[in-house]
Amino acid sequence: MTVKRRSFIKTSAAGAAALAAGPYFWPKGASAADTVKGGAIYDLSGDLQLFGKNQWACAEMAIDEINAAGGVLGKKLEVKTYDSQSQMQAYNQYARQMVLRDKVAVVQGGLTSSSREVIRPILHKLKTLYFYNTNYEGGVCDRNFFATGATPGGYVDLLSGEAMKRWGKKVYIMAADYNYGQITAKWIQKAVKDAGGKVVGEEFFPLTVNQFGPTISKIQAAKPDFVMNVFVGPAHASFYGQWASAGMNKRIPMVSTTFGAAGEVVRMPPEIADGIMTCYSYYEDLDIPFNKKWLAEFRKRNGTDYGYLTDVPPKDWYGWIFWAKAVNEAGTTKREKVIEVLEGGLTVDGPGGPLTMDAKTHHCTMDMYIGQAKGGKFEIQKKVAQVPPTNTGNQCDLIARPDTNVMYEPKI
Amino acid sequence: MSRNALGLWTMGVLSLVLVFGVPAIVETFALIDFTLFIAMAILSLSLAFVWGFGGILCFGQSAFFGLGAYTYAVAVINMGESTVPILLGILLPVILALVLGYFMFYGRVSDVYLAVITLAVSLVFYYLIGASAGEEYKIGSARLGGYNGMPSVPPINVPGNPSAAVEYEALYVPAAVLLAVVYFGLRALLASDFGRVLVSIRENEARTELLGYDARRIKTVALAIGAGIAGLSGVLFCAWGAYVSPTVFSLVFTAQIIMWILVGGLGTLTGAILGCVLIQYLATWLGETKIADVNIVLGAIFVAIVLLVPSGFVPMFARLGDTLMRRRGEAGS
Amino acid sequence: MDLAVVVVIQILYAVASLALISIGLAIIFGMMGVINFAHGEFLMMGGYAFILSYNAGVNFWIAMLVVAPVTIAVIGVVVERLIIRHLYGRVIETVLATWGLSLFLIGLAATVLGYHQKGVNPPFGTIRIGAYQEGGYTFFVIFVTLALMAALYVGFKYTRWGLIARGTMQNAQMASGIGVNVDRVYATTFGIGAALSGLAGAILAPIAGVLPEIGVTYVVKAFITVIGGGAVALAGTGAASSLFGAVSQAVTFLSRPVVGEVALLVVAIVLLRLLPLGITGRYFRRGL
Repeated sequence: MTVKRRSFIKTSAAGAAALAAGPYFWPKGASAADTVKGGAIYDLSGDLQLFGKNQWACAEMAIDEINAAGGVLGKKLEVKTYDSQSQMQAYNQYARQMVLRDKVAVVQGGLTSSSREVIRPILHKLKTLYFYNTNYEGGVCDRNFFATGATPGGYVDLLSGEAMKRWGKKVYIMAADYNYGQITAKWIQKAVKDAGGKVVGEEFFPLTVNQFGPTISKIQAAKPDFVMNVFVGPAHASFYGQWASAGMNKRIPMVSTTFGAAGEVVRMPPEIADGIMTCYSYYEDLDIPFNKKWLAEFRKRNGTDYGYLTDVPPKDWYGWIFWAKAVNEAGTTKREKVIEVLEGGLTVDGPGGPLTMDAKTHHCTMDMYIGQAKGGKFEIQKKVAQVPPTNTGNQCDLIARPDTNVMYEPKI
Repeated sequence: MSRNALGLWTMGVLSLVLVFGVPAIVETFALIDFTLFIAMAILSLSLAFVWGFGGILCFGQSAFFGLGAYTYAVAVINMGESTVPILLGILLPVILALVLGYFMFYGRVSDVYLAVITLAVSLVFYYLIGASAGEEYKIGSARLGGYNGMPSVPPINVPGNPSAAVEYEALYVPAAVLLAVVYFGLRALLASDFGRVLVSIRENEARTELLGYDARRIKTVALAIGAGIAGLSGVLFCAWGAYVSPTVFSLVFTAQIIMWILVGGLGTLTGAILGCVLIQYLATWLGETKIADVNIVLGAIFVAIVLLVPSGFVPMFARLGDTLMRRRGEAGS
Repeated sequence: MDLAVVVVIQILYAVASLALISIGLAIIFGMMGVINFAHGEFLMMGGYAFILSYNAGVNFWIAMLVVAPVTIAVIGVVVERLIIRHLYGRVIETVLATWGLSLFLIGLAATVLGYHQKGVNPPFGTIRIGAYQEGGYTFFVIFVTLALMAALYVGFKYTRWGLIARGTMQNAQMASGIGVNVDRVYATTFGIGAALSGLAGAILAPIAGVLPEIGVTYVVKAFITVIGGGAVALAGTGAASSLFGAVSQAVTFLSRPVVGEVALLVVAIVLLRLLPLGITGRYFRRGL
């Protein structure tokens, strides 16, 4: 990555001026009224930046496209971006700043479940729309909240079903000791049982664990037909090298709900990565005309040194397009009206195929694909069209009960 | 006027400005940010006291802070009223500090070895609370939530009236008052007999003991006082953000407290506040302007401070001030 | 039976890898009394030096065993000359400076090297133990750590340079008085510590991956191990990593990974209560 020196100097100078004045004493209402304002918050530095930078690259592309197509309500969409520095405290500060000072019409962003649960209550209370564009454990039921990411209720079935069909019915689960890991592990338990399979082992790992020797021995003793992992974060990525070092990747197939989300297929040599099976709503290798054009544009803007895009970053593109389309259709940025349009079954076509907003849950119906890592990319092996979002026990119905504000968990 | 009295007057006036003046001139969201800075400044003061005056290199001040925050969160979710939870959020860290102080000081652990024990205690919390993501980890009706943390923690309310929430910008004035109370309270404590003995233990433990003081007991009490203040700061932090997660127990979090104090100047209370606010402000500003990677900037600043301002900002200003006064005195005579 | 063998190998591996990540920090702390919080980043940079030079076509073993330690040694000497040199005898300032350095290096690695450098596949294949198979690389890590400790022992104990280094650490003024260039000894020792960290980072790169933040994972454990070991570098690190590594790995086998992590910390807490100056504060005091 290169820093453009001129733009660096320019921002530095502007920044120095801002520091001298201080952000806290800016004159009120200084910005022009002929723009529509949005707020974005991504992990642009710190240890989540390998996600955050690509998320913002996709979001920025959407914003430019929106403005090139005439903007929002005929005005320019002006998005102020904040770098959370991968810190929850910063999410907290900036969420309030976006609403109270920047007076944005919508906030998009966040990656981890913790970041979402920090800003979601704030935005709910301050009545500012929130789009969360990451695949996550599912279950949030909040009228102010819209999710474009995939949820495990849909993809776990597909992934474990396909794996059981290929390799057998005995499954070993390895998951992050984290809400996402715990809840997804429950979905896997359920999916495996429903399909007549058996879970022969289940283990949870703190996010900081990067030594997996004992577990690899335990897996060998349990003799599963395949291993399904729900890893989170850079420490867990160490697993794959140790798995390959013990020669296990040639003996027991590996299935993952997160592998490849942070460019692992590029970072890990094929000897380690090949054969790992995943299920996402987007892969760079999708053979869709929209994707070819979209990806070419992405590469033109960002070069090629960004890793490999799967599910997460492109959803931030969808998120902004969704909101802009809804506002233009509603003819206003007023929250109530925009929600009504979104609940009217709004559809956005994009690089991973069409996404449709589900009125009851505020989550999306989307195409899902099975992809297996091969030679530094994914080989797309199967498509399942229009998978509806998870609705845990059919509990969430925001049309019938618009005041709901909870997070449902699967009872299994 | 002596330098000490001058400092006291200055700080008194500054506190009045902080409590009454600032809310009048800045915007709402700025008050909310300042509330956070104040909560952190109280944390910084707690370690400045324990380390700078007690000579106890506590690498686990975050354990007391985090325990205060979690205690408040669990208690207020269960009770629905914040008065008792706030007190518990101070009390539990004090108890932990008494136990830990007994364990360490009566075993004559000191120096960097003490740092490792306190750090390890904080990390034990980090792992244990981090492993509480499952639904079975509940205290009363409060889910601990593992690494996700505990969201939507109820705010502080007017004592006895749970419906009168003190949140958002309204939390600013109580927080500012608490900062002033802690600051002047610590100054009074340091001016008392207890404070003098504490400093004398820092200077020479063996000699102080030969004078008949029980250094072990006094250090334990000092650690407990620091823990109570850190717990209070944790309560404020949790109420401010309606949120707490295990990252408050991590090495990175505990190290930043140490950095605040070193930047401001070890062995001063004002330095702890100044260093904390300065660095917090800088990080907030960098995240907004996105000029450069936060790590690069903070890292470079820390190294530069060590090399250029080795004793921290406040001692440097004090020395500068002394030199100026002396010069003026010489010119006048 | 074969399970017992596997467990023993895993425990040996845990001990070895703990010693490996700690030894560079231990040399710098034991010999110079400096706590280097940028230690984790030295490991991280060692990993990067290895994979970047390997991907650029350098032979695997030369990249790992020569390029990585030499590069980090050079960086170490530069850091010592620019920063650490000004801070001898001021432990607290060194903590601030090296913590700052650590943040700076993480940020630099994230911006300059990024997250998408291709990693390296662990060599050696596998070894069968009854119904189990174990990576040959596990044995390699154990072997290299043993060899490294032995080499350091010989180096400090029997070479002329080792004698000068030990003498300087015991009494710098006296050493200077009899004509030793103290400045150079400090710089060399810091360089050796850095080289060991770089080597450790390179050795672990194939099985741990390399990312800018990877150092944070190592530094906590290394710090606790070194302080638990006490002021005597080699014996302390050996003893502390044997104790901590064996306990945490055994507990991980019996229970869950998180309990293993907590067990390591609890053992460290109790150990320091019983031996307030670390293991070598009481035992092996005359060791190396």
